[in-house]
Amino acid sequence: MTDRFARALGWTSLALGTAQLAAPRAVTRLCGVDDAPGAKTITRLVGGRELLHGALLLGGKTPAQWTWTRMAGDAMDLGLLGKAAAARTGFRRRRALFAFGAVAGIAALDATCAGLRTRKARSPLQVRASITINKPRAEVYRFWRDLENLPTFMTHLESVRTLGGGRSRWRAKGPVVDLEWEAEIIDERAGDLIAWRSVPGRGVRNAGLVSFTDGPAGRGTVVDVSLEYGMRGRKLAAAVARMLGEHPEQQVRDDLRRFKQVMETGEVVRSEGSPEGHRALRQLHQHPAQPIGARA
Amino acid sequence: MKAIVWTGRNSVEVQNVPDPAMLNARDAIVRVTSTAICGSDLHLVDGYIPTVKKGDILGHEFMGEVVEVGPGVRNLRPGDRVVVPFPIACGACFACEAELYSLCENSNPNAGMAEKLMGHSPAGIFGYSHMLGGYPGGQAEYVRVPFADVGPIKIEDDLPDDKVLFLSDIFPTGFMGAEMCDIKPGQTIAIWGAGPVGQLAAASAFLLGADRVIVIDRFPYRLKRAQRTGAEVLDYEEVNVLDALRDMTGGRGPDACIDAVGMEAHHPTPAMYAYDRGKQAARLETERPYALREAIMACRNGGVVSVIGVYGGFIDKFPMGTVMNRSLTLRAGQCHVQRYMRPLLDRIRAGEIDPSFVISHRMPLSEAPRGFELFKNKQDDCNKVVLMT
Repeated sequence: MTDRFARALGWTSLALGTAQLAAPRAVTRLCGVDDAPGAKTITRLVGGRELLHGALLLGGKTPAQWTWTRMAGDAMDLGLLGKAAAARTGFRRRRALFAFGAVAGIAALDATCAGLRTRKARSPLQVRASITINKPRAEVYRFWRDLENLPTFMTHLESVRTLGGGRSRWRAKGPVVDLEWEAEIIDERAGDLIAWRSVPGRGVRNAGLVSFTDGPAGRGTVVDVSLEYGMRGRKLAAAVARMLGEHPEQQVRDDLRRFKQVMETGEVVRSEGSPEGHRALRQLHQHPAQPIGARA
Repeated sequence: MKAIVWTGRNSVEVQNVPDPAMLNARDAIVRVTSTAICGSDLHLVDGYIPTVKKGDILGHEFMGEVVEVGPGVRNLRPGDRVVVPFPIACGACFACEAELYSLCENSNPNAGMAEKLMGHSPAGIFGYSHMLGGYPGGQAEYVRVPFADVGPIKIEDDLPDDKVLFLSDIFPTGFMGAEMCDIKPGQTIAIWGAGPVGQLAAASAFLLGADRVIVIDRFPYRLKRAQRTGAEVLDYEEVNVLDALRDMTGGRGPDACIDAVGMEAHHPTPAMYAYDRGKQAARLETERPYALREAIMACRNGGVVSVIGVYGGFIDKFPMGTVMNRSLTLRAGQCHVQRYMRPLLDRIRAGEIDPSFVISHRMPLSEAPRGFELFKNKQDDCNKVVLMT
């Protein structure tokens, strides 16, 4: 929704920029500044800036994040038009004021869009992934339910220790210090699903749900995972993920691939190019495909 | 150990590298006795397959002697003589259970990379880019073979290396190319590319009951070898292939067409060649798909186009209108080698076929760079190079 809004603003930028570059004279007249020397040059420059906004807003996957560039532009335009209006009288002043009003209106729209975007950014980070594993549901469920198994395929986890009563202590590798938190299982249906969340007030806020369903025609098990990181958790998770060169979503997908390998083949599959197995960062910085030798 | 290493575009070297070490419980280490240079290795050497890195060991056609097995391998023992299939497959996933071994869901640790380019990831392959696993290849003295309990086939009699080596890739690949044509008695199969895979596809088409096989290439020495399988041949620099095929098939076109050329095809018209060659050089497309385009145009209505030549990415000017309006069936794939090794070994043993007829050159592993030169530039009538350690 926010992105559609932002794209509409992008089209406005494109139209305005094109007009300013193609017919700068008409634009200066419309704004009542056709009497100023250099007004055409400034109009052209502003037009170029608008085209840049348009490109950012229409070219990107998440255009809303670029709305702030338009707000900076709006501030500049309001300054210029305000000055122009103050220095003029008569019909030119009226035109400058009219243009000022129009830009102010657009600025309000930009601010709304940027505001929507900020509110969205503050909501918890949600990550989902799923995979099909060629093993019976009960077996797949059992392996995951023993939370102490998780670090065998979730490589960012150092350890998970079960404490009894559905509680467990999780330890993850952090960029500087290790992160620790306590989690509790909040819902559990044998063979179907496990839901957990971090115990409030202790470290990284996060929650997760993993569900197990029979694959089509009873072939294997579909595993769906969704994770949610709270505000602090989100920042931490994103920071950790970035330090490891991974997007949280990629991390979960890689985790599931390793989970599948462990269930189907008994262990995480390694190659000389990716000695640790699936890992997004390693896919960017491959070891050459030759034996690693003493460095292994 | 000595290994053939990719050191940049059009450059391979013999280098000393560390000996392989076990990484997984189901690994085996194989001492290579024979390995071969494949046409698809040339796509790597020429730099058209993305994600090849300097230092990568090439080679995916090899056989040898098991020297070490991991604790998870119960069916092999040191001393066993094995041929290793080029796709790496776990044997336990959905794809492996369906005998689609080159689509194994577990054997590519770099599946994320392949997904970006292809949507989903195929299996890992020995010595064939990082996108397909980052596994060192078989043009080396020793190779680590993952899932050694699934892929390698034991050769228990005294069949020489030359006769069984090609079970690793080109014989099953040619055979699958013919099998995908669903050959029925009386049918005519046209094959683009008279390289070793095309020659073996021709031989396989006859094994599977084809009435006539027509092979298309431009190198007389290759066409001569194809002729020895009983195939008729066309030199595309001498004749218009579409017209010739029409004439030879009563105006209808071949019942099925096999593309055994792939991404680096040639075109007899310089302007046509320049068009795709230029786009490929500028990375606007990754393939030069002349053979495939022509195979599609030539195929009879309702026929099958079987693609075993290697493609890497994206094609321009793909005649989809022909495929759709003329009800063609397009079938393709990296060969599911594990599926074919046993039955094809039986055919070799029974004397139905001896795939060693493709071999033109034998040399020690250390002379591989010369082998690549000869093979790439089609010098000295080079058809297939076998490297021995």
